Amino acid sequence: MADIVIERLSKTYSGGKAPAVNDLSLTIPDRQFMVLLGPSGCGKTTLLRMVAGLEYPDAGRVMIGGRDVTDLPPRKRDIAMVFQSYAVFPHMTVFDNIGFGLKMKRRPAHEIKQRVEQAAGLLQLEPYLGRYSAQLSGGQRQRVAVARAIVMEPSVLLMDEPLSNLDALLRLQFRAELKKLVKEIQTTTVYVTHDQVEALSLGDRVAVMRAGNILQVDSPMTVYDFPATEFVGGFIGNPPMNFLRVAVRPDAGQTRVVIGDQELPAPAEVAAAGDDTVLLGIRAEYIQASSPNGAALNGLDAQALVVEPLGSHLLITAGVGDQQLKVVTRTDFEVQPGQRLHLQPEVDKIRWLRASDGTLLRA
Amino acid sequence: MAASTATLSNSQVIARRRRSNRWPLYVVAVVLTAFFVVPIYLIAVAAMSPPAEISAFPKTLIPRSISFDTLVYFLTFRGVLPSIINSIVVALLTLALSTLIGTPGGYALARYVFRGRDPFRVLILVSRAFPISILAVPLAVTFINWNLYDTVVAVALVHTTLALPTTVLITSSIFLAVPIDLEEAAWTLGCTPAGAFMRVVLPLALPGIAAASIFTFVLSWNEVFAASILTVQSHTLPAQVLASLNESPLPYRFAGGFVLILPSLIFILIIRRYLLNMWGRVVK
Amino acid sequence: MQTTGVAIPSSISQDAAAGQAPAVRRARRRTIAPYLLLAPTVIFMAVFFLWPMLQAVALAFQTTTGQFSLQPVQTMLSDVNFWPSVRNTLLLTLVIVPSQVVLALIMALLLTAGLRGSGALLYAWAVPLAISDLAAGIVWFAIFTQNGYVNSVLNAFGVGPIIFLSYESPVALFFIVVIAEAWRATAIVMVILIAGLQVIPRDYSEAGEVFGATAWQRLRYITLPLLRPSLQVALILRTILAFQMFAVVIALAGRNLPVLAGEAYTWYGDNHNVGVAAAYSLLIMIFSLVNTGIYLRVLRVQDEQARMV
Repeated sequence: MADIVIERLSKTYSGGKAPAVNDLSLTIPDRQFMVLLGPSGCGKTTLLRMVAGLEYPDAGRVMIGGRDVTDLPPRKRDIAMVFQSYAVFPHMTVFDNIGFGLKMKRRPAHEIKQRVEQAAGLLQLEPYLGRYSAQLSGGQRQRVAVARAIVMEPSVLLMDEPLSNLDALLRLQFRAELKKLVKEIQTTTVYVTHDQVEALSLGDRVAVMRAGNILQVDSPMTVYDFPATEFVGGFIGNPPMNFLRVAVRPDAGQTRVVIGDQELPAPAEVAAAGDDTVLLGIRAEYIQASSPNGAALNGLDAQALVVEPLGSHLLITAGVGDQQLKVVTRTDFEVQPGQRLHLQPEVDKIRWLRASDGTLLRA
Repeated sequence: MAASTATLSNSQVIARRRRSNRWPLYVVAVVLTAFFVVPIYLIAVAAMSPPAEISAFPKTLIPRSISFDTLVYFLTFRGVLPSIINSIVVALLTLALSTLIGTPGGYALARYVFRGRDPFRVLILVSRAFPISILAVPLAVTFINWNLYDTVVAVALVHTTLALPTTVLITSSIFLAVPIDLEEAAWTLGCTPAGAFMRVVLPLALPGIAAASIFTFVLSWNEVFAASILTVQSHTLPAQVLASLNESPLPYRFAGGFVLILPSLIFILIIRRYLLNMWGRVVK
Repeated sequence: MQTTGVAIPSSISQDAAAGQAPAVRRARRRTIAPYLLLAPTVIFMAVFFLWPMLQAVALAFQTTTGQFSLQPVQTMLSDVNFWPSVRNTLLLTLVIVPSQVVLALIMALLLTAGLRGSGALLYAWAVPLAISDLAAGIVWFAIFTQNGYVNSVLNAFGVGPIIFLSYESPVALFFIVVIAEAWRATAIVMVILIAGLQVIPRDYSEAGEVFGATAWQRLRYITLPLLRPSLQVALILRTILAFQMFAVVIALAGRNLPVLAGEAYTWYGDNHNVGVAAAYSLLIMIFSLVNTGIYLRVLRVQDEQARMV
């Protein structure tokens, strides 16, 4: 068990115009499950591979358990890794695959047998121990990859998008199993994914990355509720967070923001920031939709443009002025496209961001 | 393309229609097949006819009798058996040398990006388009100076030169086909790079390397120019046959031809499954 | 390529403490592993390929005592067999290579046309792949020799034995060599072409068919252009092999059909004159290089398209 300290890590690939990882620092305490989340190309896999020792940084260092491992090859870092492609050795049985690392450590045969069977048990692989990779399904191969990693009882467990090659149903099932497994083994874990649902579900903390930088590191709910930037808000959550561009009208009494010909009250910090436009962020599920009722108090008049019945809820695309919002309602809400709506955002769920760089105003 | 059980897809209907007026293609195919296969049959027949038959005229296409006397005559002829042994030794030496020297190069080309990689690859390609056997002439002088002239080692060295570029290229593409994350996984599980190579890459590359080895073996077995230039007493089989070819009697020649062909036929037999796998997609 | 890591100050990362000492700069770890792995090959080729090439040049231009001299070259040029050997080699190449490529193309197209039994066909046609030129020469000798199979068949029709393989019938000799070489080496070209055909997606041909192109038009405008890289490789390799033609000619014609490689062999083995043998070798090398250059220029193919065979 060990903590990971990433100190000002940078890496640029030859031929690349921008750094893949840009002077990045991150601390992962012992036993924490840290998810690196971001779109493809954001550097999350590069970062993971530098922690693993499969890539060499241009600058910075990696410390595992207080040891500077930056110059050490993977085998000396006490890590274990699950690859996106699983990398299950095709010429060995499942048993030999899982036990490979222990064999390299020259553990005695009976110990290998015992530990392999235990790991196989955790992942329901006992009936398959004698099989070869070609005889396994994708999901089973994935379990072998995970078993092979956890049997090592490493200080640090690294996972590179392990669920992304599974079909949707398997992915759902295995996510739950993984969560349970992780709780049992209690190892410091770094998990890379582009799927924000996985991040929210599995992580103790989520680091949202973009273009080689970390935008925010927080617990999943904090990232969800208080996104540090517009990008984070838009990346997390389905549907993405709504952002309205609104003009600021400072007023000694009550600051207001203007959208089209409508106004909404706003906290004083919005005016104090000094910009004349800000972003109003609100999630689709925190907007109350109702039929227009004349007195639109602190709400917005909108027009329903598209209504998508999604089984468990309705997803309404509503137009306010020349901007659009997504609103989620119950399925029995009566609405037709073209109908006028009244939208009431929950005030304490509104997030205010700077229009210039999309960062959160302290709200 | 999956065929539905009930109706034929459009392309199958077209294919069916095409097949019926394709008989000219079949005729051509049959003629070509006869062209390639019949001479093999004939030399086999010739080599397994009794010596009297061989000089007889006219010959029959179906042998009147089968006899191994001709082959025995050939094999016991002075110098033939030793030359066969020499051929085997040279081929095995060539195999060992080219594999040991070329495989690391193939791995380097497959896994590393380094300065000089592309020029190197081009050089390898170019050297294949070069009459390497001809180099036996200047090398003869060198080998005399090194006391290697007229040895199987000398021939093996030239054959290795012949085989090395192809070995590097083939092993390179074999290693490229082994996914690199298998090696990376081995590194994270405690292997040194060399260990990962031995335990993960090599077992997976072995079939391909074996196929390339057979290719090298046959290449060496068949090579005649360099072998003839570089040997006087320790001929390989082709050199031996060539040296006495125009003065030797017909039975000798026919039997010699057949013995020369035999390994090649066996080789094709072994490799044909590999060939079909390679081209099974195109050739149904 | 080397890059030095430049620590770019971050303004967005929330964990970066302001005002810290600059991050440790590392030179890109330069690994010498690939050079070590390639060294044996490079050294070996340098010793047994590059060095003999230079040696050949040297030998062709010196006397037996090692002084610079044009004598070997002069001897070669004035030898009675010189021009015949050059002419024969070039003529043989000129006739064999194109006809083989065409034949191989036909065979490759037949094999990919989806005929029934294509698998067996592939096997049958690939049989000569591994047959040495000496054996091929002997095989066709057995067929065309005076007491051979062709004459036996002719005899059955009452036609008298024809002497194909003597110095009195140089034309017959020539064409029998062509046949023997075509028999032996067409499979090599065919293999290269099949590999090239494989890579061409079927969609192109099918699209052509949908737009009304006949089979011949599809071949000419779609398949052949896409086959160019393979054709180039096949032509180069086959031509180089043709320049080295040796044992087939000796098996069929003895010394009645001089070719360059045969002359080199004779001058070395029978006449014990290394200089002239080296001169002939040099000639073959020059022909090969010039030829490769010509092909590369005429069949200009981008590097990205060129396939490694």
